[in-house]
Amino acid sequence: MMDDFFSRAIIAGVGVALVAGPLGCYIVWRRLAYFGDTLSHAALLGIALALLFQVNITLSVFLVSVFVSLSLLTLQRRVTLSTDALLGLLAHSALAFGMVALSFMSWVRVDLMGFLFGDILAVTPFDIAIIWGGGLVVLIILMIFWRSLFAATVNLELAEAEGMKPEQANVVFMLLMAAVIAISMKIVGVLLITSMLIFPAAIARRFASGPEQMALLSALIGVVAVFGGLFGSLQWDTPAGPSIVVAASTFFIITVLTATFCKVIKSIRFNKGNNY
Amino acid sequence: MATGSTPLISLKNAGIYRSDRWLVRNVSFDLAQGEILTLIGPNGSGKSTTAKMALGILTPDEGSSNKRNNLKVRYVPQKVSIDWTVPLKVRRLMSLTGRVSKFEADRAMTLTGTLHLANSEVRTLSGGEFQRVLLARAIAFKPDLLVLDEPVQGVDFNGEIEMYELIRKIRDELQCGVLLISHDLHIVMAATDRVICLNGHVCCSGSPMKVAVSPEYKELFGARAASGLALYEHHHDHQHFSNGEIFTENGDNKGVKSSLVHSHNSNDKNHHSIGDQHDG
Repeated sequence: MMDDFFSRAIIAGVGVALVAGPLGCYIVWRRLAYFGDTLSHAALLGIALALLFQVNITLSVFLVSVFVSLSLLTLQRRVTLSTDALLGLLAHSALAFGMVALSFMSWVRVDLMGFLFGDILAVTPFDIAIIWGGGLVVLIILMIFWRSLFAATVNLELAEAEGMKPEQANVVFMLLMAAVIAISMKIVGVLLITSMLIFPAAIARRFASGPEQMALLSALIGVVAVFGGLFGSLQWDTPAGPSIVVAASTFFIITVLTATFCKVIKSIRFNKGNNY
Repeated sequence: MATGSTPLISLKNAGIYRSDRWLVRNVSFDLAQGEILTLIGPNGSGKSTTAKMALGILTPDEGSSNKRNNLKVRYVPQKVSIDWTVPLKVRRLMSLTGRVSKFEADRAMTLTGTLHLANSEVRTLSGGEFQRVLLARAIAFKPDLLVLDEPVQGVDFNGEIEMYELIRKIRDELQCGVLLISHDLHIVMAATDRVICLNGHVCCSGSPMKVAVSPEYKELFGARAASGLALYEHHHDHQHFSNGEIFTENGDNKGVKSSLVHSHNSNDKNHHSIGDQHDG
């Protein structure tokens, strides 16, 4: 049953999950879910520009994501608007510019669905090389900046006062996010990247006792979701990208239900103990 | 006091300008190794802003702020709120911004009476516990400079005196400089070498005794302070009343007041010991 394209999909998916998990923890801790969304919207502009200038799509998406991240940093300092409003502005500007740019290229026939929902079953060995190579670089940089990034997450001023250079760490974090969006776009598509970042971390939070454990755990949970989603899509002939997210979502619902169930059982026992 | 050596931090006519007004202006001071310097002033007088300038978090818009090279700094901000999505235990918090050995961390936690909390999740701590844990984190690293912004928030009255006693002990042991921010001169004075009274600018400065009797201080803190230490208890009653309002998040106004009534005697004792110290 292990078709070649299927094992390639597994290898690629696992690669994305291993990187998205730890970075996703920061998305959850810093409440940046909308930032992830913005970058993935901007990825569409990246795709359009890549087609227009005939350059590598991953590279183009990375550059556009970096550009959008840096615009956000600049706007945050200059403009008196809240971050979520700025993110909304950036996300939809990038998306609209992307769509308009695509419409100018009447000669281009784009499989928009492929970009929106990913095409994991079509990954090539070259894609895998990009995912694992890029992913490894992202993880190594994340490890180097882990302490200052985490300190800045806990308290920016404290980190600044104690020489952790939080501003620098924040820029590095944005670059890493851009890189992850760029390399995972092909796997789960621009609309579902945020879920690969958020779901595993959200599930891991319940079980983790420290930040580092949470990062490892969410990487593992992401891997489980990739396996579950891909085998499910093979079994029921469903689209692969969304199936991975469905698997992660199911995982999340099960942990929530289990926790609630345990609580109810406990309180029933407790009440019984009180009555008799 | 090693007043002769290079100061740890030094502000010269420093000021911060935001939204068409000066938050603080013309602030100058040096902090030497082994010295405890207290910044005192009403709310909005620029105490925290001044501390942030000294730490390099804010760059002065006027004047200058300098730190000694390779200065090891630990900072306890006025407010640290840790997002509940971050799983963080006290022991992990100890090495937040730099590696600290288990031995040093345990020692610091023992000193602040928080060792039993080592494996607790940070967000389950009470306000007072969290303050002491933050202090433990700061001293575990053996810094050259310790900056404490209102370290007695959420600490009850007796705990407050203990806390200042502890800060003095830390200074004596580590020989570090301490920049302390407080709203209550009378309690801190036992431990403080020098006081700077702020209200947008430096109103007065000097030894705690000198500041307490200076006309600028009296003007700033009103009638309560006018008769100096004679109205000591009354003064505290007031300070804590308003202080209670600052952190009524706990809704614990009443608790603060009643603990005050009970501590009048110990209060007096403390007062005398201050007097003794200054005579000697």
